[in-house]
Parts: sequence; C-alpha cells; structure tokens
Amino acid sequence: MSVFDGLRFRRVSSPIHRLDPRAKFFYVCIMFLVAILFHELLPLVVLFLIQVPFVFVAGVQREWIRSLRGALFLAVVIFAFNFLFGYLSPGGVPGITPPVNTHLEYLIILERSLAMALRFVVLVESFSVFFLTTSPDHLGLALEQSHVPYEFCFAFTTAVRFVPVLAEEAQTIMDAQKARGLELERGNFIKRVRNYIPILIPLIVNAIRRSLELAETMESRAWGATEKRTNLYVLRLKKSDYVLALMSILLLVVAVYIRLFLPVPRLAFILRI
Amino acid sequence: MIEVKDVSFTYPNGVDALKGVSLKIRDGEFVAIMGQNGAGKTTLVKHFNGLLKPTKGEVLVDGVNTQKVSVATLARKVGFVFQNPDHQLFCETVEDEVAFALRNFGFHERTIKKRVTWALNLLDLAEYRKTSPFMLSGGERKRVALASVLAWNPKVVILDEPTIGQDYKQKERLRQFIVQLTTQKKTVIIVTHDIEFVAECNPHVVLMAQGKILAEGDAKQMLTNPHLVAQTSIVPPQVTQIFLELADLGLPTDLIDIHEAKEALLTFLEVNS
Repeated sequence: MSVFDGLRFRRVSSPIHRLDPRAKFFYVCIMFLVAILFHELLPLVVLFLIQVPFVFVAGVQREWIRSLRGALFLAVVIFAFNFLFGYLSPGGVPGITPPVNTHLEYLIILERSLAMALRFVVLVESFSVFFLTTSPDHLGLALEQSHVPYEFCFAFTTAVRFVPVLAEEAQTIMDAQKARGLELERGNFIKRVRNYIPILIPLIVNAIRRSLELAETMESRAWGATEKRTNLYVLRLKKSDYVLALMSILLLVVAVYIRLFLPVPRLAFILRI
Repeated sequence: MIEVKDVSFTYPNGVDALKGVSLKIRDGEFVAIMGQNGAGKTTLVKHFNGLLKPTKGEVLVDGVNTQKVSVATLARKVGFVFQNPDHQLFCETVEDEVAFALRNFGFHERTIKKRVTWALNLLDLAEYRKTSPFMLSGGERKRVALASVLAWNPKVVILDEPTIGQDYKQKERLRQFIVQLTTQKKTVIIVTHDIEFVAECNPHVVLMAQGKILAEGDAKQMLTNPHLVAQTSIVPPQVTQIFLELADLGLPTDLIDIHEAKEALLTFLEVNS
C-alpha cells in the first residue's frame, strides 16, 4: 500500500500547500506534456531534479520517497521490457541499424530504456507532489469553480476520501481471514487469485453498504435541497499561483523549442564514446 | 500458555502502539484487556496469533516464538473473533462460512460436517444453516463469526469487543457461553470497553494505557480502584460508583457485583436498625 501512502494528503501548511489546486494541476499537466516530449535521459533527469525543491519546500520528503519506492517496481519492469524489446527488435529504436553489436548501440538502447523508466518516475513524482499537497476539499472546490456539476465534484471527492478507508478495511479483512487459516500466498497462480475472493467479497459488500448509508445520512441532512449552492470558501488565484502557471508555460515553451530546434545531448555523447 | 516478553510494536506509519509490554496468560484463564481507545489492546492481542510480529521482544504461544511460525499455524491454536463480523463473512450459506476455516486447515469432509453441526447448535444457528449470512441480523452475524472460529476447537479464543451492538439478552448468552468455554479449560481473552460486562463476568483484568500495561489483577481489585480506572479513561461499574458515593456511611467500596452489593446493604441496614 506504499504507493497509496505516497499519494495521501496530510494536513500541513507550506507555500506549496497554499497554492491554488488549479495552478498546481496546470503545472502537473505541463510536466506530463514535457515528460512525453523527451526520450533522452538528460532532459528527464533535469525534469526530475527541478521538482525536488517543491518536495522540500512542502516538507513531504518522507511520503514522497515512499511513493517513489512504490513506483520503483513498475519502473524496473518498464526498464526491463524496453531493454528487452530494444534488443530484440532494434529497428524501432532511432539511431540503430540491426543487428545490435557495438557498445554504442547497446548504450543507446540502455539510455532509451532508462529514459522510459525515468519518464514514469517523473510522472509519479509530479502527481505525488500534487496529491500530497492538495486536500480533497480544495480539489473538489477547484472542480466546482471550474464549472463541473456539483454531483460529479462530490462523487469525486468522496471517492478520493474513501481510498484510505478502503485500504485500511482491506487490511482488517485480510487479518480476519488469515486468522481463519487463509494463506494468501499458497498454491499456483489460479489458486492465489482465488485466495483473494474471501477478501474481495466482504470489501465490496461493505463498500456498497457504506455508500447506501452515506446516501441516507446525506439525504437526511437535505443534500441537494437548494438548486444553487454557495461555498463558505472561494478559491482565488494569488500572485504565487500566477507565478507557478507562468513558470510552467515557460518550461513548456523552452521544452518545445529545445525539442524542435536544438540537439539534445545523448548519454553516449556525454560519456564521450 | 501465552507469554509476552518486553514487547514493543511500531506500525509502519511510525505510531508506537506497544512499549515494553510483558504479560503471562495461563491455560484456562479468562482475561479481559481494558483501556481507552488507542491504548494498544487490539495491537497486543493481534500478536497472540501472529497477525502482528513484535518490533522488539518476543511472544511465545505454548513455548513457540510467534516470529518463527505462520499465522495459519498459530490460528489452529488461537482463534480470533474480530469486532465486526462483516469483515469476514463472504460465503453463500452460513454452513459454508463456518466450514471455511476447517477447509483451510485441511479437515476431512466428514469431520467438517460434524464440526459445523456442533458449532451451529452451540450458537443456536442450526435453523440458518442454508441461509445467506448477509440476510441475518447484526447479532446473528456476530454469532456466525463466533461459530466459524469455535468450529475448529482452538485452545485459546480471543474476542475483540464482543458486546458491541448486542442487546442485554445476547450479552447474557455470551457471558454464559464464556463460562462454558472456561469450564472446558479453554483460555478466553476479551478486549472490551464494556465495564458492566466485565463486572458481571469477573475475569482477570489487564488495564492498558498508551501502549503499556498499567496494572493487572482480579476484576474487583482493578475496577474499584478509582485512580487506576481514571488513568484508563473508563468509569467504575455503576454498583461501585454508588458505593463510592456512600463511602462516608462506612459501606465497603470494593464491590462490583449486584448480589454482593445487595448483601452489603442488607447487612448495613440490619446493623443500623
């Protein structure tokens, strides 16, 4: 569950926490775009590093590291697959004419595989910063103020809020079934999948039961009684939000310029091979 | 026998739930573990069947270190009934639910049938044999959960908050049932906040606060000590509270049982008339 931990919001105050969720979401989207613009290692390392100060200013290093550790397994899988397929069908890798036999060609495949894994890490990193520093309430508010219908905003924030509850409940259910002799890791693949039935059924039944109860309690508190809702808190873009948005746009412009007009140094060039 | 030797436990999120706990529970003993929310009661009992392993120290169940055996092996000896039955019920019929653990432990089908019938009769559930557990009331579901543990006849039975959501009649049945288990030389451990229930059952009481054991002793000694009780955020039983108020009259203050209280009052009236 460490990946979820790395995305779980904790109520603390920092300049990053106080930024408007819309500005932060804009930054995440730009990061996403820039990350997929490059398949070379160097720019992705730069992208990874420029986000680190955000983590330290927000004071969420521990949770951030946990989310990266959670993402590590998938990053390794991405690296392994890219390397394997890069080697097996090198025709798809720019700069290589099959068969692969020189050091340089191996290095190109290695760089590309590392870059793909790092691209994934960069995406996890930016989403992690976003979710770690944005409360579900603010996120809902941001959606609402972006004219998304309130029912959808509410459903979204409720879903986000119940993720940790469900994770905790899944753990309790696992404990309860283990206490009755269930061994999750026993048997072949099919048996192992079947072992999860005693976990999933109570989890789903309880989730449905909880949602029905939630609906009842909400209706008894007059949910949806007024057509036009007003909010106690209204999000307003501050100077710092504009600064973040401008910096994000600048980053995108620079990235597009580099992509289109400048050669991006490759690992082989840096290592002078 | 369960032996807890200087056990400390820290959850992955950094919460120190147990701090140097030592405890001995002899065979056939009836123990109530009490204390405020977050005192570490459930964390402690989860060590008895290996669901949690100590961060420091060791737990021995019949001389076996819980670090060295699986939960499934320990569960054969130590049955654990969770607080919420909905965390474990998943089968189509009550019969299958009770047989679940027996199948996990590899019992023979003929034995399973016999044990299921025995457990269902014991808890007055025979008429629901073919009913879906999800169609039963809260109290009945709790009894199904209990039957599903008692079916494999564990030596130690742990009941986490067994009286929550039970009416007086059910509680009385549960009390008689625990007496029955102790006469069969089974070790019964309950985790509870229900002081009136404990006063009626008169077990060995372990009081916990902030991850430590504050005191242990017989129920009378523990529950009538206002200082100890206040430290664990529970109030003495109502009978004790009345006698503590009347202490100035020279009445005894160490009573928890209604019958004892009646005798004390009658003697007092006789002497003073």
